[in-house]
Order: sequence, then structure tokens, then C-alpha cells
Amino acid sequence: MDLSAEEREILAGSRGEAPRRALEYQIEVGRFWGAKRLVPVTNVHLMGDIEVMGDAGLEFLRNEVKSAARCAVPTTTNARCMDFAHCERLGQDAAEAAKERELIQCLRRMDVVTTDTCINYQTVYQPHLGEHVAWGDTGTVIYANSVFGARSNFESGPAALAAALTGRTPEYGFHLAENRRGSFTVQLDARLDDLADWGAVGKLVGEAHQDYFAVPVFHGYHRAPSADELKHLGAALASYGSMGMFHFVGVTPEARSVEAAMGGRKPAGALTVTDADISRVYEAYSLGDGDARLVVFSGPQQSLLEMKRLAGLFDGRTVKPGSSCFVTTNGAVLAQSRALGYAGTLEEAGVTILEGVCFYILQNLSPMRQANRWTNLVSNSAKIVNIIGAHRFNTILRRTRDCVDIACTGSLR
Amino acid sequence: MKQIRVNQAYGPVVEGEALLSDEGFSPRYDLDRWSGVITKPGHKLEGRSIVDKVCFFPTAKGGIAAGWAFYDIKWKRLAPKAFVFGVTNPVMVQGAVFAGIPITAGWTPHPREVLKTGDWVRVDPGRRIIEVL
Repeated sequence: MDLSAEEREILAGSRGEAPRRALEYQIEVGRFWGAKRLVPVTNVHLMGDIEVMGDAGLEFLRNEVKSAARCAVPTTTNARCMDFAHCERLGQDAAEAAKERELIQCLRRMDVVTTDTCINYQTVYQPHLGEHVAWGDTGTVIYANSVFGARSNFESGPAALAAALTGRTPEYGFHLAENRRGSFTVQLDARLDDLADWGAVGKLVGEAHQDYFAVPVFHGYHRAPSADELKHLGAALASYGSMGMFHFVGVTPEARSVEAAMGGRKPAGALTVTDADISRVYEAYSLGDGDARLVVFSGPQQSLLEMKRLAGLFDGRTVKPGSSCFVTTNGAVLAQSRALGYAGTLEEAGVTILEGVCFYILQNLSPMRQANRWTNLVSNSAKIVNIIGAHRFNTILRRTRDCVDIACTGSLR
Repeated sequence: MKQIRVNQAYGPVVEGEALLSDEGFSPRYDLDRWSGVITKPGHKLEGRSIVDKVCFFPTAKGGIAAGWAFYDIKWKRLAPKAFVFGVTNPVMVQGAVFAGIPITAGWTPHPREVLKTGDWVRVDPGRRIIEVL
């Protein structure tokens, strides 16, 4: 790999032990992918909490702090596993909560901005066309690559942390123009009126092309999609297909036409998604034993406009006694939702709002499921119904309005 | 000696017992990270332990959270000897390299043509070769 003079100095220890180790690690990862060099990044988004890191990860962070590790570029954190205001009621472990607090302090001492959000692209930082970043949480990466035209690979916790310390990342994958070209086309002949419909598109397309380097090119849609719609599409493509990028003709910056998005490649296939296809996605979910006592709006966290819509749907209604309904969002959105009355409306309806977390990675989730005797999980997020299976939930995707009805009636359809 | 050539590889030479899967893998979606046993209901290796095995998976599943999971299972002494993927993604590679677990991607021929679960194999990342011993 070609290293700059500055990078050779880092390897010689000029910035200290932590960046030296981080760069060595990045070079190994880059070699695997055939990277010829490293590229500077302007922004890092990092997944790091006690549920995903474990005791080993915490010990690693303690040592980083001891060696005076500091972020070289602005670095934010992804959604985490505990909202301390709710952990006791949710039955989360006090010992793990203490570790989580220590972990957060370690990150702050390294100059990490603990935003605790998986919607940084809606609330914290919007990179521009061609800007290199190192982001973790697959939903953030696919949004950055696709909607902003920025450049990132999936950067898991250790890799994002290394990028934060060195201010660069190996140049492979979606940092290179050749990998950003479309690989197949998807004609959208469906109405897609609800966010869950967009997740269903991501499921259909992602399941059929499980490949990080597959890049779908959407075209033919009858109107301009919203940011929240593209967010659910991207999150589902990344979840079901492990995909890191899509194009949307007339919408995303590298897709003025199908031809421009393909960049000279011939499409390896052409899909069409219709209303009937979307209906079949919903019909395919088994209702299990009919348990309708858990409804979740999470994965990704809710934007302010999603909070507004949910408040409108829950206004004047109440979650059925014995049922649980959770909404997750970040601190900024929650503060504004409180000021605007959305949070109050939701809480009056009996909805629990969790701040800075994702339902999927909640610490102690399996025991929580057992203690509440939950068997089904209902959500309008195609992503969360896909990834939560290891906790042995039977999951059901439903449209937003239907999810609210299920929460308030306890009746599953 | 029967061999598999791999396209990309990291790590030192290791030997171990092969565990072949016809289904992809995520340490978050599929694995009990406290026992090293695949517990996802319906996974084709459900009930099998990956501890100290050379694990052959056709694809990588899962998101960013998997990156820390390899280091976690290595710390708990539940790591496999090596991961051998048909197709992989950056998270698996970042996670394995961070934990010091050998990892390879791309294979010719398909492992099913030259070996079966239980065979003893040597993974040689430097030579990009897996040998059936």
C-alpha cells in the first residue's frame, strides 16, 4: 500500500501508541481488500455500547483511554443499548448499566460526541457529494452513499474507531467510483404510501441479491420520495441484502438517468415491484399464536416528522392495557417532540419513548421477552423484523396505521 | 493433496476441524455469544458449535454490530480457528482482523467438492490455500 509521509510518521509513533496500532490494523484490512492507499475522512460514526462490545471491548477502550487516544476528526456514536431513565423498569442489569456508563465516559474522554443516534444523517451531519466518511450502522452508510453521494463502507466498531484515531480509512469498496455503478435495475410500479411499504421493497430487492457489492438502480416511481421513505428503503436493503448503496433515478445525485447510474455497465437483471408484490410481503408473515402485545417503532430511530405522524395517529387513543408500545428516537428529536407536544401525546396514549437506543440492541432483550411472555413483535420497520430473530421473536411487518391499531386494540390482523 | 484456492486472506497459518455450512453467518443473528453454539432457529447449523473449528460459510450476514462480536468471542475463548467465506463483507473482515482470527474469501473449487465436516484442514493465508490433511 502507498503510504504518505504523514502515515509513515503515524506508524513510527509520532502521534502515540493508539493511532499507530489503529493504522497498522487499517492497513491489514485494506490489504485484504486490495486497497492501494488510505483516504482522509471528515467524519466518523461509531457503534459502541456494552451490549455489542462486551467486557472485552470495554477493556480495550479503557486501554485506549490510558494511552491518551483522541479522535482526529469529529466522531459521533450510534444508537446504544440502554436509556438509563428506563433500564430498571425494563429489567436491564444494574451491573451492565454501570459498565455502560463507564464506556460512555471512556468515549467522551477520547473526544467522541455521544449523540447515540442511528439517524445522524437526518439530525447531525449531512456529508456532500464525493465526501469520504467512515460510518457505522449499515443504515447510515447506505443513506450516505446513496442519497448524499458521499463515500463510506460499512465501518464496524473497531474499524470506525481506528478511522477516528487516524482520520483516514483504506480506499476500497464504495470509496472507489467503479464500485458505485449500478448492477441491476428495479422498476417501481407500486404506490408505496407507507414507510413500511418502502421497507418491503428493500426486503424484496435485498433478499433476492444478497451481496455487499450489488447496487440496485430504482426507476419509474410516480413521485418524489421523502427522506423518511428513502431511510426505510435503505435500512431494509442493507439489512436483507447486506447492500451499501443504491441509486434512485431523478432523486439521488449519481443517477440523473438509468444509464448514468449504471456507469457503462450492463444491468445484470431487471426487477419490477408492484402493489401485488408488496401485498404478498405482508401476507407472508405468520401471525404465530396471535399475540399482539408488543408494537415497536424503531430501527431506525424516528425522525421528528415520524414522531409528528405517530402523535397524530395515537391522539385520543390509548395502548391496550397489558400491551406495550415502544418508540425510539434520539435526544435532539425527543427534545423538540416534547416542545411541540408530540411526545406528550404519545405518552398520554401509553406509548413508551426510549431515547438514544435501538430496540434491537437493548441489553437483556431475550430475558425481557421471556419475562413479558412476548411471542410476536409487530413493527412498521422491515429492518427490525429481519434482525431480531436471534432473540426468538416471531416478527410481523405492518403499515404504520395498522401498527397503531394493533397497539390500541390488541387485535392482530 | 486436495486444495482450495482462496482469493483474499488474512492471518497466520492454522489447522483445525472443518465445519461446512450451506447457509451464511452472522455472529449476531445466528450465534449464542456465550456458548459458541449456533442457536438461530432454523439455521442449517443450528445446535453446532463453532469453537476451534475452521468454519466454511458461503456468505456473510449481519450489520455493523458484528464487528465487535469477533473480539468478544475470542476473549471468551469461543472463537473458531478461522473463517472461510465464499463471499464476505467489510464487517466480517474488520471484525476478524481486529480479533486476530484468520479469514479468507472466494474459493475454487467449492469446499463441498473436496471436503466434508469433520475433515482436518490447514488454512494458509499467506499462500492463499486451504489444504485437506
